[in-house]
Amino acid sequence: MSLSRKDVEKMAHLARLQITEQEIEYYREGLSRILGVIDQMNEVDTRTTAPLFHPNEEALRLREDRPDGAIDRDRMQQIAPQAQDGLYLVPKVIE
Amino acid sequence: MYKKTVAELLAALADRTISSVELTGLFLARIERHAGLNAYITLEPERALADARAADALRLQGGDAPLLGVPIAHKDIFCTEGVRTTCGSRMLESFIAPYDATVTARLKAAGAVLLGKTNMDEFAMGSSNETSYFGPVANPWDTGRVPGGSSGGSAVAVAAGLAAAATGTDTGGSIRQPAALCGITGLKPSYGRVSRYGMIAFASSLDQGGPMTRSAEDAALMLQAMAGFDPRDSTSVDRVVPDYRATLGRSLKGLKIGVPTQFFGEGLSPDVRHGIEQALDVYRGLGARIVDVELPNSRLALPCYYVLAPCEASSNLARYDGVRYGYRTPGHESLIDMYKKTRAEGFGAEVKRRILIGTYALSAGYFDAYYVKSLRLRRLITEDFAHAFERCDVIAGPTAPSTAFPLQAKTDDPVAMYLNDIYTIPVNLAGLPAVSLPVGFDRLGLPVGLQLIGRYFDEPLLLNVAHGYQQETDWHRHFPPEFE
Repeated sequence: MSLSRKDVEKMAHLARLQITEQEIEYYREGLSRILGVIDQMNEVDTRTTAPLFHPNEEALRLREDRPDGAIDRDRMQQIAPQAQDGLYLVPKVIE
Repeated sequence: MYKKTVAELLAALADRTISSVELTGLFLARIERHAGLNAYITLEPERALADARAADALRLQGGDAPLLGVPIAHKDIFCTEGVRTTCGSRMLESFIAPYDATVTARLKAAGAVLLGKTNMDEFAMGSSNETSYFGPVANPWDTGRVPGGSSGGSAVAVAAGLAAAATGTDTGGSIRQPAALCGITGLKPSYGRVSRYGMIAFASSLDQGGPMTRSAEDAALMLQAMAGFDPRDSTSVDRVVPDYRATLGRSLKGLKIGVPTQFFGEGLSPDVRHGIEQALDVYRGLGARIVDVELPNSRLALPCYYVLAPCEASSNLARYDGVRYGYRTPGHESLIDMYKKTRAEGFGAEVKRRILIGTYALSAGYFDAYYVKSLRLRRLITEDFAHAFERCDVIAGPTAPSTAFPLQAKTDDPVAMYLNDIYTIPVNLAGLPAVSLPVGFDRLGLPVGLQLIGRYFDEPLLLNVAHGYQQETDWHRHFPPEFE
């Protein structure tokens, strides 16, 4: 399976990664090679096998949605690139 | 003292042969002297000495704790409150964790002294420690070679006597492969045994933290402190933590060791094969029986993993957007532009490659062909292990196909690098526990690692099988001569 430059550009956009012209070729080549390995999966017929999402198939625990004090807003926002009055500041999105 | 095991250091601390302050000072001096290995990203000398003083004071008052005063290191993927936690990335270069990971908190409560945070492949994505933003780590057995990865810094810290023990994480082999390449003991516990809370996520259905040590007994001591149920990790399993040290020393007579024929095929170096065969002879001498087992789908574990892990990573790493913490690009025109530049500048090439693969496999039109297909294969691979364990108690084989390779030998070819993990990856997909232990050297004097794989939550047997070998041999006692 070989990827096109356009595929790489689309993935980079979806993943929110800025990518230069030279990088497109670099990733196109590397990803195509990896997809070549991944395509070996088709050697096995898995139509009758159910997907296994997780090594532990017992149902995941649920808990009540109650604050437990583990997250302190002010402390968490001290490490933000830009925060003010309890809010995270980002570039303007609405004119 | 720097070559002693944790068990021996605990005895020396208990009978006052040495104090924790002296021991901590000794390790800090060695770390400084061997800074060229680049094993650590961040050192905490003042804090470590203060903790050591507190440990000594507590001991003087008659207090005790399981690891009281033992100097250890954390892989820089575990959040440590007030201490920089980088995950080997520019993205988190100045990230000071606002809380402790459960593993960090438990080892602290057990009395361990934290020396610093060890180097690692960026976001744990790599098998050579060369993707770290903070530079590669050198292997103490040959400084022109890689230590393996992603827990390369932790492996080197233990191998070169720069810590008594260390923590690591293993998503596809990141504890076991560097342990093998550096000649130490490394345990990946069963999925769900050790809490992932505060352990920076790479691939959440595969990641598991564990100990990297000089012996299986030390791994038992460290795991004892690290393991246990944690309500803050939804995948943590609520099972009693057994006394891992209590079952060490039991006879291996009658033990059935399964050897998968698939682990001895093309790509395995003759020296590694020879080392593994000799180790199996030691087990025969201890009364174990070697039986052939089959893991027919294990050859597809690599492609399966290189869909699943990048898919989970692309989702987990979406959180690095320059808004809440971590790096933010200085120049941007809009919100989307800020995201894109932040991520382009904050992540290295291998991390981006895996994000792109994961994004591709999860995108419309490919989801079933790649993601769901790999999950179906995951079940087949897991079932193979279940069948094999009908015939044996543990499974044995090589940890890695070769010994340590030269720096930059595989950096241009992602597939060649990924092949390092062919024997370790199936274990993560199935969530099983596995340990790597040193079983000799190749013709160049580089360590060879034996991998032992256990049944789900059967760490007691696994550790005892490793311990039995180490009671019979002294490979785990060898030390890189240049660092004596």
